[in-house]
Order: sequence, then C-alpha cells, then structure tokens
Amino acid sequence: MIRVALRQFRTEAIVGFGLLAVLAIVLAVTGPHLAQVNDAFQSSCRPAGDCATTPNPVFRVDVPLQGFLPIIVTVAPALLGLFFGAPLIARELETGTFRLAWTQSVTRRRWLAVKLGLVGIASMAIAGLLTWMVDWWASPLAAATKDRLDPGHFGWHGVVPIGYAAFAFALGATAGVLLRRTVPAMAATLVGFVAARVAVGNWVRPNLASPLHQSLSLASTGIGSLNLAAQTGTFSLIPPSVNIPNGWVLSTAVVDKSGKALTDQYVLHACPGYGRFPGAPPSPAAMQSVHASCLNTLSTTFHTVAAYQPGSRFWPFQWAEMAIFLAAAVALCGFSYWWLRRQ
Amino acid sequence: MTAVIEANGLGKRYRQTWALSECTLAIPAGKVVGLVGPNGAGKTTLLHLSVGLLQPTAGSITVLGGRPGTTPDQLARVGFVAQDAPVYAGLSIRDHLRFGARMNPSWDMALAEDRVARVGLQPHQRAGELSGGQRAQLALTLAVARRPELLVLDEPVASLDPLARREFLQGLMEIVVEHGASVILSSHLVADLERVCDYVVVLVDSRVQVAGDIDDLLATHHRLTGARRDPDALPRDQHVISESHTDRQSTLVVRTEGPVLDPSWSVQQLDLEDLVLAYMTRSVQGNRRPKLETRP
Amino acid sequence: MIEFHLDSRSGVAPYQQVVQQVRHALRLGLLEVGDQLPTVKEVVASLAINPNTVLKAYKELEHLGLVAARPGIGTFVIKTLTDDSLAAHGPLRRDLERWLSKARRAGLDDESIDALFRDVVRSAAAEDVA
Repeated sequence: MIRVALRQFRTEAIVGFGLLAVLAIVLAVTGPHLAQVNDAFQSSCRPAGDCATTPNPVFRVDVPLQGFLPIIVTVAPALLGLFFGAPLIARELETGTFRLAWTQSVTRRRWLAVKLGLVGIASMAIAGLLTWMVDWWASPLAAATKDRLDPGHFGWHGVVPIGYAAFAFALGATAGVLLRRTVPAMAATLVGFVAARVAVGNWVRPNLASPLHQSLSLASTGIGSLNLAAQTGTFSLIPPSVNIPNGWVLSTAVVDKSGKALTDQYVLHACPGYGRFPGAPPSPAAMQSVHASCLNTLSTTFHTVAAYQPGSRFWPFQWAEMAIFLAAAVALCGFSYWWLRRQ
Repeated sequence: MTAVIEANGLGKRYRQTWALSECTLAIPAGKVVGLVGPNGAGKTTLLHLSVGLLQPTAGSITVLGGRPGTTPDQLARVGFVAQDAPVYAGLSIRDHLRFGARMNPSWDMALAEDRVARVGLQPHQRAGELSGGQRAQLALTLAVARRPELLVLDEPVASLDPLARREFLQGLMEIVVEHGASVILSSHLVADLERVCDYVVVLVDSRVQVAGDIDDLLATHHRLTGARRDPDALPRDQHVISESHTDRQSTLVVRTEGPVLDPSWSVQQLDLEDLVLAYMTRSVQGNRRPKLETRP
Repeated sequence: MIEFHLDSRSGVAPYQQVVQQVRHALRLGLLEVGDQLPTVKEVVASLAINPNTVLKAYKELEHLGLVAARPGIGTFVIKTLTDDSLAAHGPLRRDLERWLSKARRAGLDDESIDALFRDVVRSAAAEDVA
C-alpha cells in the first residue's frame, strides 16, 4: 500500500521537492554573500559604536529575494493544502477509481491512514525544510532586527509553518472527502486555511500566555490622538502606539493610578485649549503649545500602560501554535475517516 | 448448497429515497448469476452493498459467510469490476499490475500477465488511452488475478460494441471454467445474460421480484392465451404475474408448479426476456398478488 | 475438430443445439470414433455460453451412448451414427445438388424446396409404415 501511495503521489512529490531544491540552490548561492556584508558592517560599526544608528547595508542586498521569501514561506502551507491535500481523496471520488481502490485486499482504514500519513509527512517535511532554509538565509537580517513575535515575522519563521502545512493538508483532504470534487475542495481549503490563520493570529496567539504590562510616562508616549469627527461634532481618543524593544505590543491604554482610562471628555475638560478654535484652523505653532501644556497637565495623573508579549516567548509560542494546528490536523483526519466509514 | 450471497431484509436509503428495500436473497455458489432490471432499479446499490462499498441502512448481507469489506481476508475473496471499468488514467497497464500485486497478497502475476497478453494489451500503454472494451478487459484482469471466489461485475458490457461484448463474455466464461469462481453480473439488457447465466435475480423498483435457476423459472412460467376472462378465476396454484386483455382475449403470464390442464388456454414457453418483462409489467401494474419465494 | 455455433433465435435450448450439432457431425462422418470433442473451456471461449450448458450437452451425448468422458483427458466419440451408407453419401450429394439446381430453375424458393422435400419424406415414411 505504501508503494502504491508513493506511485500515485509521484508527480506532486517531484514538483514539490523539485521546487524546493531549486530554491535551495538559489539560497545557497546568495546566502553567504548576505552573511559577508553583515559581518563586514558589524566589524566596522562595533569599534565606532554606532551600530544602532548607522543603516546596515545588508538590507539592500538581494532586495527582491528579501521581499519574496516571506511571501513564499507564508503561502507554501496553503499551496500544500491545495495541491497535496485537496486532490488526495477528491480525485479518487471524482473519477470513480475509489471503486477500484476500496475493493482490493486493503481495508479502507489502512488505505486512508497510509495516504494521509505519507502525503501529510511529505507536506510537513517540505514546509519544515523551506522554513529552515529561509531562516538560515535570513539570519544576517534577523540579527539586525528584533521583534520576532510580531505578526509580520512570526508566521514564516521557526516551526509553525510545519503546523500550518499539516493543518492545510488535512483540511484539503477533509474538504475533498466532504465535497467529493477537487476544485471545490481547493476553494474550501483556501478559505478555511486563511480564516484559521487569521483567527488564531488575532485571538489565540496574543493569549497563549498572560501578557506582561509595562508603564511608560505620558511624556514619552503622548496621550494618543484626539480626533474630531466633523459630521457629528464628537471627539474620540485613540491610545498612543508604543514600541517596546523585542516585544510584541498587543494594546496600550492611558490610565490613572487607579486604572481608570483617560476619556476624550476628560481631555477636553482638563485641556480647554482644544475647544478654542472657532472659525479658521489653528497654526501649527499654536497647536504645538496646546499639546505641550495639555501633556504637562495630564502627566501628573496619567501614565501609559502597554500590554505586550516579550520576545523571549518566541519559541514557547512557536511550539504552542504548532501544537494547536497539529492537533486540528489530527482531528480533521479522524473526522475524514469517520465520514468515509459512514458510507 | 452453500450460499455465496445471503441477504435478509436488506435495504439502503439515500436521504429520503430507498434505493433498495426488503431484499431477501440466498444465491447459491457455483453459478453465473444475472442481476437484471431497468436503470435505477437498485442493481448497482445491491452490488456495492455486496462488496462493502456501501453499508446497509436496514437488514443484513453476508457474502461467502462474512460481512462485506470488513477484513483483508474478506476483501480478498471477492473481485469487483465497477460500472464503466474505472482505472487510473495516468498509470500504464504494467503500473496497474504492480498496483494489483502490492494491494493483494493473493495476486497471481503470471495469470495477470498472460491474460493481458492474450487480450492484446501492451504493458506500456497508458490506461487512459484504452478503448472501452480494453478497459473492461483490464479491469477484469485486475479482479481475476486476485483469485477471488466470487466475481462481481456491474454492467460490464453495457457500453461495449458487439465484438468487445462477445470477447469480454468469452473471457469471463473461460475464467469460470478455469477457476471455478461464482459470478454475479448485472445488466439492463437481458439478451447478454441469457447465454451466460444459469441463475437470475430480477430487480424492479428497488425490490427483488423473482430469483431462481433460469431453467427452473422457464419451466414453471408460461404464457396463457385464450378467451377473455377474469384472472382471479384461475386455480389457486397458478399465480398470475402479468396480464393484458383486449375485448375478446386475455393473455396472462403465470407461474405454476404443475401442468396447465385447462384446454381453453393456449400454453407457450417463455424466454428469459419475456419472463423479465412480465415481472417488470407486474411491478408497474402495482399488482398486489403475493410475491414469490425465491428458489434455492 | 468440430466447431459449434449458436442460434439464439431458433427457440431451441442452447444445450440441445450442441447435442444436435454433434449428432449432425457424426452422421456426416465429420466426427469419427476416437475423435475428441472440444473441451468445455474451448467451447465456452468460442461461444460465450455458460459452462453448465456444455456439460449438460456432453452428459446428454454420454447418455445417448455416443461419447464417453475420460477424466483429466477429455470427451471422446465412441459410436458413430454413420454406417456403410456413408459411402453412398458422395453420389447422393451430387444427385441432390443436381435436383436442387433443377428446382431453382423451376422457380422454387428455399422455403418451397424445404416444404416439398419434407412432404415427400413424410409421405414416403407413411407408405413404408403402411
């Protein structure tokens, strides 16, 4: 059965691993240069002590690749789901060959287990190798930047792409079992996978561990932005955005010592200067002085609190999120088996 | 005699419709069984139930003493050729034989290769390029080389030209002689079955109308033609299967164990097609006469 | 080796047709004592009929004392239906062919020829009895 599954998977495997090999060659050829440039820069800026302030020329090497690689790694699990997962069972159902496959001397359970296991492992292997290769190639860049937990970075590094690939594959296979047609299964897989990634990234990942909180002075952050909606004439106050080095900021709030949040009414009440511009818009200098005096007034009572996840939690979050997607993949496989047996 | 397929009140429902209902059969081993009935009567459903591709909604079915499709041993004893002989279009014939060898411990590669050569197929040909008749022969080879005790074929010759049809049936009969397998094949064309089968099951409107040895059935069913009369007036041991009347004449198909002694009837023999038509007509007429027991 | 053919519309049961064709061959001397009949497999492979039909036919022939089955080897002719009259077949055949062309020239079609021939045979048989 294993050899049969391998033979049926041959074309997809050649394409998948072939593309991976081509990329490996490209990265192997260009990677050392990147490291060289970075090393040269580090060795020149360290003695001068201006590493943080001088722009690192490494960011201008192979710029197209730097732009494409994150896209490739982000898209790869979805592609694996679409082209490895969706056709796996849908094609047999669509073409009717399941009537040949399920009347051999192999039980349906074993047939499904081997097909899902073999191609699932191949999907995870491709995703894993791809991520590892790109991580290796981009390490000179990563050394220069931090913020590894932020959404733009997290999903295409480390081990989560392996979980994503397993999930997308299982989702594709299950969609194929339910919809019995390859193309609709592909569409459903794409939609489902994107939804899952967005949902987990927005609602699960921030809460994988209780966020830490940091207090910052109002003077360093500002009170945020006070916006006047022209039509309704109402104000709204949006908290300031804060940058915590090597941390993923989830939310900020301007609060007083008891934790009560700053409201727009309070601002208008405490800083009368904001309401005093009838007719023509004020000059920048005038606005500046209003801002400064307001900030002064409020900073005695208020400070900014930022909720964030520290960068040190990168690996625990990676393993946790991968585990979530792997568990979902296993559950989907179990469901597929149950559904097929019900025939 | 041991039964090769035994069904008890077997039924299969899809959503709201019953594709097969109250099917009770005891098909003996060593026969070539024809499963005949119009399209949509439930033939494919019954065959799929007997190879484990479907699970019963009601009742039970036993094939060669076991539940279909449950264990590798059970699967190995039954060979199946589905409607339109599905094969993997992208694989060559040689690939298909390897497929058979890897999926079946009981695979006889010498037999498979010999058969492939005898029906004129080249191992390197891709299955997608084969004609309908060639595909049917390939599918039959894949089923036979597993050396099953029972061969199940779903409309194997329906879409074949007369020559391909003849060649397929010739090959099938050879297999029956060589390997002694029991065979059940379905068709909506009775002419195909009459030469080849010695047992028939008639399926109309998702129900079994009659089942038995063809010789027995043809010996006990007669066409009676005579002056117009009420069928209920017939003796109790003569069961009317179908009837048609003009203003002067009545034509009945009856089933009876004994001879027809009434001299006012002209009694004729039926062929298999007539018999099947009579049962199909009965079903359409909604005739409520008691259904016949199946004969072993 | 004799070859069988099947007429599915003749109304005669298949196994009977096989029996008749063997007897026919025996009469015409196409099959002689010691000749082997085709195996069940060969008949089935050429006619696409159920093997039991062939077995039934061969059993009937055995019952009629015309053939004998030797297990593992085959079925063989043990009695012929020809007699010394076989020698007369040649000239008789030629006479018949001549008569046939005369009948055709007189305008008889096959059905009329057949009817005439059967009628003569029947009346001759009746005369013999009388």
